[in-house]
Amino acid sequence: MNPRYRPLAATTLIFVIAYGLCILQYPGMWSTRILGNFLTDNAFLGIAAVGATFVIISGGIDLSIGAVIGLAGVVVAVLVSHLGLHPIAAFGIVLTMSALFGAAMGAVIHFLQVPPFIVTLAGMFLARGLASILSQDSIPISHPFYKTIMDLYYRLPGGGRLSAIGLLMLLVFLIGGLIAHRTRFGSYVYALGGNPTSAALMGVPTGPVTIGIYALSSLLGGLAGIVYSLYTSAGYPLAAVGIELDSIAAVVIGGTLLTGGYGFVFGTLIGVMLQGLVQTYIVFDGTLSSWWTKIAIGVLLFLFILLQQLVFSAHKAGTRLKKAAA
Amino acid sequence: MPTDFRPADPGSVGNRPPETSGADANVVLVAKGIVKTFGNHTALNNVDLALHAGEVHALLGENGAGKSTLIKIITGAYTPDHGEISVDGVQVQFTTPQQAQSAGIGTVYQEVNLLPNMTVIDNLFIGRQPRRYGLVDRKKMAREAHRILSQYGLDIDVHAELSTFSVAVQQIIAIARAVELSGKVLILDEPTASLDRTEVEKLFEIVRRLKARGLAIVFITHFLDQVFELSDRITVLRNGRLVGSETIGDLDRTSLVRMMLGKDLAFVHAEMAADDTEPSSPLMHFRDFGRSGSVNPFDLTIHRGEVIGVAGLLGSGRTEMARLMFGIDTADQGALDIDGQKICLRAPQDAVSQGFGFCPEDRKVDGIFGDLSVRENIIIAMQAKLGWLQALNRDEQMEIAEHFIEALDIRTASDDLPVKLLSGGNQQKVILARWLATDPRFLILDEPTRGIDVGAHAEIVRMISRLREDGLALIVISSELDEIVSYSSRVVVMRDRSLVAELRGAEINPSSIVRAIAAQDAEAAE
Ligand SMILES: Nc1ncnc2c1ncn2[C@@H]1O[C@H](COP(=O)(O)OP(=O)(O)OP(=O)(O)O)[C@@H](O)[C@H]1O
Ligand SMILES: [Mg+2]
Repeated sequence: MNPRYRPLAATTLIFVIAYGLCILQYPGMWSTRILGNFLTDNAFLGIAAVGATFVIISGGIDLSIGAVIGLAGVVVAVLVSHLGLHPIAAFGIVLTMSALFGAAMGAVIHFLQVPPFIVTLAGMFLARGLASILSQDSIPISHPFYKTIMDLYYRLPGGGRLSAIGLLMLLVFLIGGLIAHRTRFGSYVYALGGNPTSAALMGVPTGPVTIGIYALSSLLGGLAGIVYSLYTSAGYPLAAVGIELDSIAAVVIGGTLLTGGYGFVFGTLIGVMLQGLVQTYIVFDGTLSSWWTKIAIGVLLFLFILLQQLVFSAHKAGTRLKKAAA
Repeated sequence: MPTDFRPADPGSVGNRPPETSGADANVVLVAKGIVKTFGNHTALNNVDLALHAGEVHALLGENGAGKSTLIKIITGAYTPDHGEISVDGVQVQFTTPQQAQSAGIGTVYQEVNLLPNMTVIDNLFIGRQPRRYGLVDRKKMAREAHRILSQYGLDIDVHAELSTFSVAVQQIIAIARAVELSGKVLILDEPTASLDRTEVEKLFEIVRRLKARGLAIVFITHFLDQVFELSDRITVLRNGRLVGSETIGDLDRTSLVRMMLGKDLAFVHAEMAADDTEPSSPLMHFRDFGRSGSVNPFDLTIHRGEVIGVAGLLGSGRTEMARLMFGIDTADQGALDIDGQKICLRAPQDAVSQGFGFCPEDRKVDGIFGDLSVRENIIIAMQAKLGWLQALNRDEQMEIAEHFIEALDIRTASDDLPVKLLSGGNQQKVILARWLATDPRFLILDEPTRGIDVGAHAEIVRMISRLREDGLALIVISSELDEIVSYSSRVVVMRDRSLVAELRGAEINPSSIVRAIAAQDAEAAE
């Protein structure tokens, strides 16, 4: 097997084994109902994590995702509940704004050569602050359209429900995968993560690509915010605090190298599902504190970073042998 | 965002009439009055260059003369302070390399610039991938990649990551990419530095074919033989100024060197016949030293005051042998005795503490610390040897750095300049200085003259002899047989990752080395 697929295979394997163990203990976890809830409950995280995957493959980082989710939710709520806009119009406005916000961060990163960490940290404070200025409290959304969407689902065999937002997340992963692996833009993202100087000399339009990557990340942050507002029927300025870190964890657990250049969108899906699995297990157990989720994720993250180190150093050694043989 | 590959779409096209001064009909690209300064250092001062269709134009000059800078300006990687560039008589202003590519200018920059994390296919096609239904057409790319690389006699797994291939293969891929991109102009900045003779032949064949097709080709090299073999016209730069531009017919070697250096060069090669007196005392003995999968066990005794030349094709195991001797890769069999004592090389630190030094082949990956200053790069190995507790103070550092900058004639604006900003050849000299500063007793040089100009080349050859007279033991790996012959007291030949021959005395001449290297082909033919 190509060594670059190894972290992905390992994640998938661990997910399958972990799920198997959970089922052994709680056979009730083997049902499409649980699976459907998995997707619904983690939809916003998954959507945000797709954006984070692109950013991390390009060698960057986006700390503003959680704040953008919060801001997007509040703006949707203000537009719909206070100003009486139709949700679809509100969605359009929010998505455009989010994309522009990300594009602006990308432009600062590219043109002023400021590290993404700093720029998106500033973006995080900015977005969180704006959201809190708009409203201090949670704004409920009770538009009929919201109800219609949340009542939409596809009945899975076995009684589970694939909700609209769960489906949306799968769709975002599918499109994300296509963009990453089958478009020029996707190849530019990997190129930037590999060596930005070489990429520029090879004719990769590094400026537009950097701007595009952060625009995409914030756009998906906005979409995740919309999904979160659907999920909770409200907009809350302090929603999704720390989600940027959860999504980074999902990306890394999914086999993407934190230093950039290597990674898979599909792996991120597994990373998200693995986090969902831990949560579900804790719910089933009933006695464990929900903070165990964080501990489990911490341990997983550590294991995966260790695994990547092993794989990549083995890969390098293999490379050297191959070179010697050439 | 991705744009389509349009062969004739220069970045921003003004509509000024063509410059007519001295330009005949087949001039493709003209650069006029180019000025480029970095801080207070003028890298290019009022330089002109005119490229003609169907001609190979050699761009020559010492290390740091400004050749690569000129190329980067022509291709939009740098913006000039003054001057203008026109393609086909139309003034252009490329602000990114992408625009130059779209205008049909394909370039191999000096430091092979590819993407190690991506596949061969990606590296060949990035920026202009063929698409079907909006998605990149992988099958078509794979087919094309095979076709393109087969022209260079390269049959490799195009789906493999670039970093799994040797520097030479990567270089060929970079060249192949540039050739595919070059509708009008192909620029090759020291493309032959890491290629062996047969690969160079193949490259030249392709260049001649492109020339016949009417391309204008820029060829930068420090190999004067290659200049005379391939080019039709030369332009010489010295210290950022244009010395002259002539057709090759009007020139001989001596006047060319004089143009480059501004003085005559005393060729050192001939005067230094290898002496065959056996050097006095043995220093170390590698006994059945080897590493499975890398270098087959070899036996080698090294004496004080001797230079052992290592010859062999690229990939024959020369570099692996050097890595093993320096403890970068650890030997899994055999032993090393130094002065009769058994020494274990587990890591390069062990080698350094034994007084070993190593100048690697691929300076960009293994050698320089690009962001550190010239001074820091020079003292770093010495500091490591002293241990971090005995830090050198700044004055001592400066003194050492200045000594070597002068001794090796390193062209740098100051010793505080980040080393990545130096020209390629000067970076090479910095690495050499680093190990000389450690006052080693055994020095391994892997292709020390690669990318180094004629003047400095002679200087390095002279230095090798001087070091040897000082009682150092040296191992020098080189692809240039004349060079090996000129300084080696013994030559070992590598083939198929084994040490296959040891030549001494009168046996040390290019033809017997070639015979030893080529024996394999003869065997294979049987
Ligand atoms: N980005 C930069 N900043 C500062 N100085 C630079 C920069 N790029 C090049 N230089 C300086 O400009 C001079 C010309 O460098 P250039 O790379 O063009 O030389 P070259 O002729 O290609 O030499 P070589 O044969 O060694 O490759 C050098 O003195 C180098 O230090
Ligand atoms: Mg150069």
